[in-house]
Amino acid sequence: MPILNHLWIILALPLAGAAVNGLLGRNWSKNIVNSVGIGSVSLSFLSVLEAIREFSQLPEGQLTFFKNYFNWISAGSFKVDFALQLDHLTIVMLLVVTFVSLLVHIYSTGYMAHEEGYYRFFAYLNLFVFFMLTLVLAANIVLMFVGWEGVGLCSYLLIGFWFLKQSAISAGKKAFITTRIGDFGFTVGILLLFWTFSSVDFGTIFAKAANMPAESPQQAGVLTWICLLLFAGAIGKSAQLPLYVWLPDAMEGPTPVSALIHAATMVTAGVYMVARMHPFFSRSPVAMFIVAAVGALTAFYAATIGLVQTDIKKVLAYSTVSQLGYMFLGCGVGAYAAGIFHLMTHAFFKGLLFLAAGSVIHAMGGEQDMRNMGGLRKQIPVTYWTMLIATLAIAGIPGFAGFFSKDEILDAAGSGTNGHIGLWLLGLVGAGLTSFYMFRLIFLTFFGQPRFDEHKVHVHESPRTMTVPLVILALLSIVGGWFAAPHLIGRPDRFEQFLHPVFAAYGAQAGMEQGASLAGSAGEAGGISPTPAMELFHALTGPPVVLAVFGLLVAWWFYIRKPEAPKKLAENLRGLYKLLLDKYYVDEIYAALVIHPFLWISTNVLWHAVDEGAIDGTVNGLAHVAREAGSQARKLQSGNARSYATWVVIGAVGFTAVMLGVWGMVR
Amino acid sequence: MSVVPISYYLVLSAILFGLGVVAFVFKRNIITIFMAIELMLNAVNLAFVAFARAWGQLDGLVFVFFVIVVAAAEAAVGLAIVITIYHSRQTLNIERVNLLKF
Repeated sequence: MPILNHLWIILALPLAGAAVNGLLGRNWSKNIVNSVGIGSVSLSFLSVLEAIREFSQLPEGQLTFFKNYFNWISAGSFKVDFALQLDHLTIVMLLVVTFVSLLVHIYSTGYMAHEEGYYRFFAYLNLFVFFMLTLVLAANIVLMFVGWEGVGLCSYLLIGFWFLKQSAISAGKKAFITTRIGDFGFTVGILLLFWTFSSVDFGTIFAKAANMPAESPQQAGVLTWICLLLFAGAIGKSAQLPLYVWLPDAMEGPTPVSALIHAATMVTAGVYMVARMHPFFSRSPVAMFIVAAVGALTAFYAATIGLVQTDIKKVLAYSTVSQLGYMFLGCGVGAYAAGIFHLMTHAFFKGLLFLAAGSVIHAMGGEQDMRNMGGLRKQIPVTYWTMLIATLAIAGIPGFAGFFSKDEILDAAGSGTNGHIGLWLLGLVGAGLTSFYMFRLIFLTFFGQPRFDEHKVHVHESPRTMTVPLVILALLSIVGGWFAAPHLIGRPDRFEQFLHPVFAAYGAQAGMEQGASLAGSAGEAGGISPTPAMELFHALTGPPVVLAVFGLLVAWWFYIRKPEAPKKLAENLRGLYKLLLDKYYVDEIYAALVIHPFLWISTNVLWHAVDEGAIDGTVNGLAHVAREAGSQARKLQSGNARSYATWVVIGAVGFTAVMLGVWGMVR
Repeated sequence: MSVVPISYYLVLSAILFGLGVVAFVFKRNIITIFMAIELMLNAVNLAFVAFARAWGQLDGLVFVFFVIVVAAAEAAVGLAIVITIYHSRQTLNIERVNLLKF
């Protein structure tokens, strides 16, 4: 088992790529930088494939492959190993991360071709892949935290990639600082976890947690606290209410970065973490409910903002926030497999949407405002068709990937044991809104009359390096959901079966199974035993599909049939429109409530009073005292040797007098 | 044969030392100051010898030899410095040699 015993190779390859490109690449030609950057990631991807092949040959019943490489921290009873582990959940994440990264690397060679700092971009991207893989492969929560912070660092570096642009720098800082608030909770969560279980290894703490009784809503104990603190980290990292504000601003970064980090991989780290920590979450109904509620609210809330945004990337950013909300909703109602499933399909179609948006921006020569686009579908057909497929996928049109995963989540939210009608409704309405704003994007961008000066803007299809990744992701956006297709006719879901060993190991999946059986028995109780055809019919005509199609039609009505209608509606509902356009004024509220008081205290108290007054005052005061004393004492050094002689004599007399006095006293 | 009491020697030593101190502080000529220092050293020597004699121990005598050796070395170096000063400044007045100050 060459790779399985050396899982570190999967990590080391992108790290080596980052080091080589970052340290040596400055003067290299683009071809060499490309081959180092893409080569390391593709080798990493191949290693993942080989590791999976070897993992499948492990004896039956071995759920997790664990390998300890060396002891990293050892202080008293606190021990952290550099240990990696592989199980089914890790496999899904590894495949998604390495494959999407590979495609984004290839795409970037086209998109970034004319940029300064080309080698730097690829070094950062490779470094990101390294940290993301660390996060996913880590076998204890501290090592996971290393990856968790590392991807945050790379996110910061890449958002601020164009570091001469003030808005990009601010956005990078905002992302870093906002996620830091959540990560504070995460850190405290780790401490509480170690304090409670005296270990940070996943295997150990899960076994210990599994022996604890599940907590009830009335008696929320230490498990709930651990879960909520860890979830605070996930709220920051995965841009959920109320810490989502950094993600839309993160669109200042290059578009491939938005696709890889701020859509497909990093922002889903929170979902992965919740799924990984499922033995804890499953035993705390309070934490579960909060996860589900935050997810559902975010899914709905971000979708409403997405309705009126005009920047093509901002729409996609709010859409990402919203879709992440669905993933948390899935995890929160116990359907971890559905959440991870949506994570995977989302990585495909949202990655594709961003890359396609990048292709549109590329074609328009840097224009991002959809009001200045229109009628592009003839000029850039590949981009148009792939983006349309991704839109169909995210809107949940049957047959495409997003339909299967979103359907499962809404199913669990509505009928699972942990489900609630309110959560289901929020998710459902959010799905309708999603369909509307996504088709609005498509219609505004690709249909109608061009709203730009065709003589000035030379619209051109992107190079092959950019369109090939689009096509591959478009294929995955269609077939990526078909694992779950048997679910439609009442058969078990392949994807869920694949992850079942992970989530069943500590008795976490119970809720989901009960939910499924409950739904099944409800159908039977109605007196009709459902035939596969009927189940299929139900799934295809369920409320999510109806709303998705409805959203599509409304978007068509507004932006194709009556293009003047949106303006009228906006005028009639001016207050609401303004509220949505200005994103509920959340940034302004945060500025007034948090940032300005913070700045005021920092400036007036910490800077002027404490630093300048107290600290500088003390130091300068001491210096002043020494200076004054010195300027007085230097007068002794007169240059007159006779005065020195006098001082010597006075000293000698004084010394003798003191000695005689002391001697007299002793005697 | 009557023995001279030790207090006589000590009083003489103190008087000589006091004269040395006064000359050391008040005279301006470097060579005079130098001689005042020699006078003080020898006043101390006298006290050492007196104590050695009074208590019949050799320690004081040994110490006196050391003082004489040091005084000889000091005379060698000190007179050389005096000559150098005279060469460079054409004076031996200590009040004119006052450049080393704040």
